Amino acid sequence: MIEIAAVIGTPVVAALLLAVFGERAGAPVINVGASLVTLIAALALTFRVAIDGPYSAFGQLFFVDPFNVVFVALTAFVGLTTALFSRPYMQIEEQHGRLSPARLRLYHSMFQFFMATMLIALLTNNMGILWVAMEAATLTTVLLVSLYRTPASLEAAWKYFILCGVGIAQALFGTILLYFASERLLGAEGGALLWTSLNAVKTDLEPTVLSLAFVFLLIGYGTKVGLVPLHNWLPDAHAEGPTPVSAVLSGLLLNVALYAVIRCKVLVEGAVPTSFARSLMMGFGIVSAIVAALLLLRQRDIKRLFAYSSIEHMGIATFAFGMGGPIASFAGLLHMTVHSLTKSAIFFAAGHAAQKTGTQAIDEIRGLITQSPLVGWGLALGALAILGMPPFGVFASEFLILTTAMSEHPWATPVLLAALGIAFAAIFSKVQPMVFGDTTAKRLPVRPAMLPVFAHLALVLMLGLWIPPFLAAWYRDAARLIG
Amino acid sequence: MATLPLYAQLINLFAAVLLLLAFAMLAQRRILTLIDLFAAQGFALACSTAIVAYGTRQPHLYASAALTLVLKVIALPLILHRLIRRLDVRWEFEQLINIPATMLIGIVLVVFAFNLAVPISQLASTVTRSTLGIALASVLLSFLMMITRRKAVPQVIAFLSMENGLFFAATSATYGMPMVVELGIALDVLVGVLILGVFFFQIREQFDSLDLRHLERLREGGIDEEGEST
Repeated sequence: MIEIAAVIGTPVVAALLLAVFGERAGAPVINVGASLVTLIAALALTFRVAIDGPYSAFGQLFFVDPFNVVFVALTAFVGLTTALFSRPYMQIEEQHGRLSPARLRLYHSMFQFFMATMLIALLTNNMGILWVAMEAATLTTVLLVSLYRTPASLEAAWKYFILCGVGIAQALFGTILLYFASERLLGAEGGALLWTSLNAVKTDLEPTVLSLAFVFLLIGYGTKVGLVPLHNWLPDAHAEGPTPVSAVLSGLLLNVALYAVIRCKVLVEGAVPTSFARSLMMGFGIVSAIVAALLLLRQRDIKRLFAYSSIEHMGIATFAFGMGGPIASFAGLLHMTVHSLTKSAIFFAAGHAAQKTGTQAIDEIRGLITQSPLVGWGLALGALAILGMPPFGVFASEFLILTTAMSEHPWATPVLLAALGIAFAAIFSKVQPMVFGDTTAKRLPVRPAMLPVFAHLALVLMLGLWIPPFLAAWYRDAARLIG
Repeated sequence: MATLPLYAQLINLFAAVLLLLAFAMLAQRRILTLIDLFAAQGFALACSTAIVAYGTRQPHLYASAALTLVLKVIALPLILHRLIRRLDVRWEFEQLINIPATMLIGIVLVVFAFNLAVPISQLASTVTRSTLGIALASVLLSFLMMITRRKAVPQVIAFLSMENGLFFAATSATYGMPMVVELGIALDVLVGVLILGVFFFQIREQFDSLDLRHLERLREGGIDEEGEST
C-alpha cells in the first residue's frame, strides 16, 4: 500500500516541484533524486509481491501481480538511468542554445509527469483508469516531442497527437464495449471495469461483444505500440524530440501500451473460444516486423533508424504473445525487457553521437570511436545487442520465439527470419561506418554520461547468459497468468 | 416504437439530433459555426444523459450530465472562441474532398455502423440500446471529418466531437461509465484542448498559418528538414 503510494506519489510531487524550480541548476539533481526514490519504492513493491504474492490496494483501484511488477521495476529503472543521462545531455543542448530555461522547466516537469502516468497505467486495476493514464501519457509526451519548437518537431508532435488521439479514442470505445459486456454480469456499481473482477468472470462474458471490443482495443493501444499500419507517428516523434524522450518513448511507453493490449487479450481469450485474439495479434506482429525491417534499409537519420527497429521488435513481441503458451509468453516478456534496456542504451549513445557531430544524419556521423571510444563502443555494442547477437539477451528471447514459431506456426518462421536478416543487414551496414573510420566528431565541454549505457548493456548481457532464478520464476508466473 | 415509454422516445429523439449535428458539422465550412454546432451537440448529449438518469434512476448520471454541460457546452466552446479570436482564423476553409462526396461517404459509414451495432444492441438490456448504432455512426462521422479537413482547428473540433460520440455510446449502451473514469476522461479532454491551444500558437509562429499542409515535410528518408532542426 505504502509502496504503491510512493511509486506513484514521488513522480507526481517531483513534477509539481520541477514545474516551479525546473530551470534552476539543481533541477537535474531533483530529477535524478526523484527517479531514484521511485526506483527504491518500486523495488520495495517488487519485494513485497515476491513475498506476499499478488495484492490490491486502495479499494481495488490498484493491483499488483507478477506480470505488472516486472514492468514497474523496469520502468522505474529506465526512468532513473534516463534522468542520469539527460543531465549532461540537456546541459549541452542548453549551451548550444536549443533550449531556454522555461523549456527546461517544462522538460523536467513533464518527464516526471510522464513517469507518473506510465506507473499509474501499469499499476491500476481499472481498465478505464488504464485508458485515462495512457491518454495522459500521450498528452505529456506531445509537449516533450515539440520541446525544440522547430517546424519539424512541431509537425512530429502534431502527427503524434492526432494519430494517437484517434487511436486512443478507438481504445475508449473498446473499453466501453468491455464495460457493456461485463456490466450485465457484475452490475453497474460492482467494479465492472476492474481487471480482477473481469478476469474472474471472463469465461461468461459475451463473445461477440468481446471480439468487437478487442478489435477496437488492439487498434487503439496498438497505435501506441507502433504496430504497422498505425506506426506513422513513431519515427517522427522519436527523431524530432530530445533524445532522453526518444529513449523513454521506445524503452517504456511502447512496453506499457503492449502491456495494455495483453491485459485485454487475457480477457478476450477467456471469453472467445476461437483463436481470434491470438491470430489478430500474430498477424499485426508479423506484418510490423517485416515492414519495419524493410523500411530500416531506407533510413538516413540515426534516431529514425532505431525508431524503426523499435517497431520491428515490438512486432516480434506482439507475435510472441499472439502465439501464447508458457514458452512464447515467457520469451515475449523477456524480449520486452531486453528490448527496453538495449534500445534506451542505444538512444543514449546515439544522442551523444549526434551532439558530438552536430547532426543526426547517418552519412555525416563518422568515426565515433576515434574521438570518444566510450560513445563508439556503446553504439557498436548496443547495435550488436539489438540485432540479436549472442551472448546478449535479445538473442535468447528471439531464439525462444523462433523455436516456438517453428514448432507451432511453421509458416511464420521464414518471415521472421527474413525480418531479422534484413534488419541485421540494414543496421549493421549503417552503424559500422558511424563507429569506425575518420572522425567527424568534436570534443564537447561536458562529459557524456556513459554509465547508463553500459549499465543497460551489462544487464542485457547478463540476461543473455544467466537469468537470475527469482526473475525466471516471475517471468514464468507472469507467462502463466497471460496464457 | 409505440410501446416505448416517453423518456425512451426522448432519448431516441436526442440521438437523432446528435447524428444530424454530426452531419451538419461534416458539411460546415465556417469555423465559428462549427464551434456552435459542437456546443449544440454537447447540449444534446447532456440532455440525453439527464433523461437517461431520470428514466432509469441512476443518480450518478446527473453528475455526468452536469459535467458534460459545463465542459462541452460552456468551457470548451469558450476556449475555442477565444483561440479563434486571438489567432484570427475565422475564414472559410477548404476540404480535401468536396462536401456532397463527403456526405455520401458519411451515409455509407452510418449504414456500416448500424450493421455493426445490430448484434450488440440485441444483447443489451438497457432501454437505450437502439442508440448504440447512432453513437458508433457519429464516432465514424467525426473520424471522417478529421480525415477530410486540412486546418488544425476543425481537426480538433472533429476530435472533440468524436469524444462526444464515445460518451454517448457509454451512456446509451451502459448507463455511463464509473464516475472516476468519467472524471478522468473529462480531465484528459480539458488538458488536451489547453495543450492544443498552446500548440496552435507555436504552429502559427513557425508557419504563419494553421494550414496543416505545412506539416507534411517529414517523409521517409527525407533529410532535408534536418538543416532546419539542428
